[in-house]
Amino acid sequence: MNTFEYLRPATIAEAVAAAAEPGAAYLAAGTNLVDLMKGGISHPTRLVDINRLPGLDRLEHLPDGGVRIGALVRNADLAHDPVFARRFPAIAEALLSGASAQLRNAATVGGNLMQRTRCAYFYDVASACNKRAPGAGCDARGGENRLHAVLGWSESCIATHPSDFCVPLVALDAVVEIEGRAGRREVALESFHQLPGNTPERDSVLGPGELIVAVRLPPAAAKFAAHARYLKVRDRTSYAFAVVSAAAALEVDGGRIAEARLALGGVAARPWRARAAEKVLAGTRPEAATLRRAAEAALAQARPSGENAFKIELARRIVARALALAAAGTPERVPALPASPFASVAGAAVHA
Amino acid sequence: MSIGEPLPRPDGRDKVTGRARYAADQEVAGLLHAALVGAPTPSGTVTAIDGREALATAGVARVLTAADMPRFGPVAPPSAVSKLPMQDGTIRHEGQPVAIVLAETLEAAECGAGLVRLTIEPAPFRPQGGGEVAVPPGIYGPVTFTKGDPDAAFLAAEHQHIAEYRQPSRHHNPMEPSATIAVWEGENLTLYDSVQHGYSVQAIVAAALNIRPERVRVISPHTGGGFGAKGFVWPHEILTAAAARVARRPVKLALSRAQMYANVGFQPNMVHRMALGAGRNGRLTAIKHEVEHVTALSDDFVEMATAASRGTYASPAIFTAQKVERANVNMPTAMRAPWEGPGLWGLESAIDELAHAVGQDPLDFRLANYAETDPATGKPWSSKKLREAYEEGARLFGWRERAGRPKRDGPWTLGFGMATCSMGAFRFPSQAQVRIKADGSVTVETGCHDIGTGTLTIFPQIAADVLGLPPDKVELIMGDTRLPQGGPTYGSSSTMGVGASVLRAAENARELLGRLANLPAGEVVMKDGRIGRRGGLGAGVPIGDALRTAGVGEVVGKGRFTLPGDAPFNADGEGTPHTIRTFGAVFIEVGVDCELGLLRLRRAVGSYSAGRVINPRTARAQMTGGIIWGWGMAAMEASPYEKKLGRWLSKNLAGVAIPVNADIAGDIQIHFVDEFDPHASPLGAKGIGELGATGVAAAVASAVFDATGKRIRELPITPGKLV
Repeated sequence: MNTFEYLRPATIAEAVAAAAEPGAAYLAAGTNLVDLMKGGISHPTRLVDINRLPGLDRLEHLPDGGVRIGALVRNADLAHDPVFARRFPAIAEALLSGASAQLRNAATVGGNLMQRTRCAYFYDVASACNKRAPGAGCDARGGENRLHAVLGWSESCIATHPSDFCVPLVALDAVVEIEGRAGRREVALESFHQLPGNTPERDSVLGPGELIVAVRLPPAAAKFAAHARYLKVRDRTSYAFAVVSAAAALEVDGGRIAEARLALGGVAARPWRARAAEKVLAGTRPEAATLRRAAEAALAQARPSGENAFKIELARRIVARALALAAAGTPERVPALPASPFASVAGAAVHA
Repeated sequence: MSIGEPLPRPDGRDKVTGRARYAADQEVAGLLHAALVGAPTPSGTVTAIDGREALATAGVARVLTAADMPRFGPVAPPSAVSKLPMQDGTIRHEGQPVAIVLAETLEAAECGAGLVRLTIEPAPFRPQGGGEVAVPPGIYGPVTFTKGDPDAAFLAAEHQHIAEYRQPSRHHNPMEPSATIAVWEGENLTLYDSVQHGYSVQAIVAAALNIRPERVRVISPHTGGGFGAKGFVWPHEILTAAAARVARRPVKLALSRAQMYANVGFQPNMVHRMALGAGRNGRLTAIKHEVEHVTALSDDFVEMATAASRGTYASPAIFTAQKVERANVNMPTAMRAPWEGPGLWGLESAIDELAHAVGQDPLDFRLANYAETDPATGKPWSSKKLREAYEEGARLFGWRERAGRPKRDGPWTLGFGMATCSMGAFRFPSQAQVRIKADGSVTVETGCHDIGTGTLTIFPQIAADVLGLPPDKVELIMGDTRLPQGGPTYGSSSTMGVGASVLRAAENARELLGRLANLPAGEVVMKDGRIGRRGGLGAGVPIGDALRTAGVGEVVGKGRFTLPGDAPFNADGEGTPHTIRTFGAVFIEVGVDCELGLLRLRRAVGSYSAGRVINPRTARAQMTGGIIWGWGMAAMEASPYEKKLGRWLSKNLAGVAIPVNADIAGDIQIHFVDEFDPHASPLGAKGIGELGATGVAAAVASAVFDATGKRIRELPITPGKLV
């Protein structure tokens, strides 16, 4: 029988010690991990259940204007926190555009960062997958790769990171607070997920036993509240991962973009911060040609990893659209169909 | 009169509260759970199976291989395949069962299945898209058809349109995966099974196990959706029965979602090669339609998509042909909607393009080529009010006024499209009985199935109509092969076949009751729970009194629906003076964001000529569901196939998109033309379960063209095709 140890530590220190053993995995909501275990993709020998660890489910608005989100805060609770949603509307919109209501009620902030790729080859244990079995090869190369990476991929892996939530977080300079045996450290979310290189089995910088305890947004992240959107193209209207997505956050001053933040989802093994595009936008007026130029800059390094060249142009277009909608101003309420480029506001019966 | 009333489903509450018990929910003492071990390669030979590690797992009772299985007797349709697995080491497709682990718990069985070690000598395989192309022999008649001189007519045509239209392989994905529980008592076998036709299972399992069919009883309490996946008999049902016999314990096998991809069928990928010719006036002079699709190596499944082109438009010259591509895949099968479902994607797309080329409105073009009689045979239609359906559909949609409508709504570019809908008529014989007891209870008994389409609603409704009772006083007992043999619950056939047998059984019961009450035959009327003489004085006597007075506990009326020549099957009224089909038109409004490749269904109108409607509420639900099914086909559905590995890639509902609520426009209008078809069945009704799914994909593609100027000839229409 596929047996594993199940531990429910009382403190973070106990959890970290328990999870430092080889084969251990943290269990939060398990919305991805349990599927991976059932499918024979992951075989943890020890599950360290962190759901009852004290203090990890708090959302704190910090005195300096930043915000600290405990790793166990549920996606739905965060998205529906009125103060948080008002200050960080693109993050709320991204959260609500992901998964289903049931999954959002369970899934946690830390778990969202830790979810694995949705590459079909990763889930199909009969396929060669370097991320699942290092050195096995990559059947996605030359296979069914319409939805695979166009940025930052390597010959060994062309999978994408599926998170919506992480995309605006990266744009807004989120920091991951990590607890390990050697104490606490912080990593910018932008550097948290790793590009595949020759080690695609490593999704993130976390070492053995290291636990995400919180995600923090700096005070400056709130200054984009009036001009922030998250947009997502998907194969169906809801309950689907992004083909491509974009988070755009602008600080607009006198009709000009004082500062721009931009990140893309569905294009790489990590949420993709587009700093070159941000530079293009700084100090300009948000006119179509400028936005298009920024979009070109965002995808300058892109190249298809297979039958997915369309994603590059699609990504440019969603960047331009996200920027345009952000420039037009954050809607008063999260749209009825979050992250839809034309969703009406909540309550309107119009089909998005 | 209860026929024609929009009665709600009596089973609705049980379904949504989880009280309805399906096959795998049945409690059987002492059963073993089965887990299949599937072939990991699409081709080759299993040379050794080592079950020792699996057997060492706590709870694992047996590891069955081909060596443990009985030699199965020969099987033919309705067996889905002729070559049953676990008879030798030959692997014909990935996922084919090669071993079965039986255990005290499902967990132990699944764990054990993962520990069975297979030694396989791989062999080269033919993938989907790389198979051997052949002209198959037809099961339901010849696969080619020629009328007139299509080549000459096409070459001479003023307007010619040639194009290929493609669609991917797709799986049915019913909510309930297939499940079977097999219980032996001596030489008698009971199967609790998730099926669309229990009698097929009875016959095929008996043939495979070399026992008499009457020793096999199939009970199918509810079936959680089928869409064709549970129509034929699949090997896992036979294997479960055999495993239970070998193990001498009841065995339960529930296919996992992943196993549904390779252990039951799918609708094969198709390429439609269309060539249409028309004169200057827009009258069709030639229709040529060739279809090629994948099939299994062992059997030729033929998806007769070209049937659409034989029966939809008047044309002096028609040519249709079918080819199969034999590959190492599991056996394809019928899927809602078979034949015309895929066929009208090809034909109606081509018709739309030709209408534009000729310079006519697509609806006018269709009206100009209206088939007054069956184009293939020249026979009259049993009934056809397609003209009325076009007209009312166009009116409800505002088709004629669409030029005046805005082409934009905010960021959406709008497009309008339409297509003809049509299905042939599959009819099967059926028997039913209606039992009236002295306590006033009435049951309709027939071995049909509840697959969610509304049989539990309309069959009591039909009996209640005859017996003058409120429909909720009539109960349907179904899903058991010990009942009078009902027709299958597929091919949109149930209302015609089973419904007609219920009608006759109820009439017979009324007659028998009348005889007890000394009423003259043919003059018996029943109303409000009483029986009396037509036009007679007074309200008659209560049913219970009539039985008690006669000293009889119950009467049992029997009814039959038979086909010409007592045939087991009749397609489209073949061998009768009339051709039977259903017809309709679907009008679609889409919104397209050309920049981001987004496509949304905004509005749909379906207008149908499909005979008498027994229950407008369940009928509307059927057609709405059909349009949604068609939207899935048009906009998103595809089962990714891994050509290098010879296997389905995403064997789940995460990697295969099917519509969710947010995809469905709130504005879907359904209209039925008032119609009574006396030739299809004595009820005047025809089948509707599949009609609604036809034509939709072509109408969507036509609307996309209207919005964007792009002709999409390959489904599904995903963002990458629109940017």
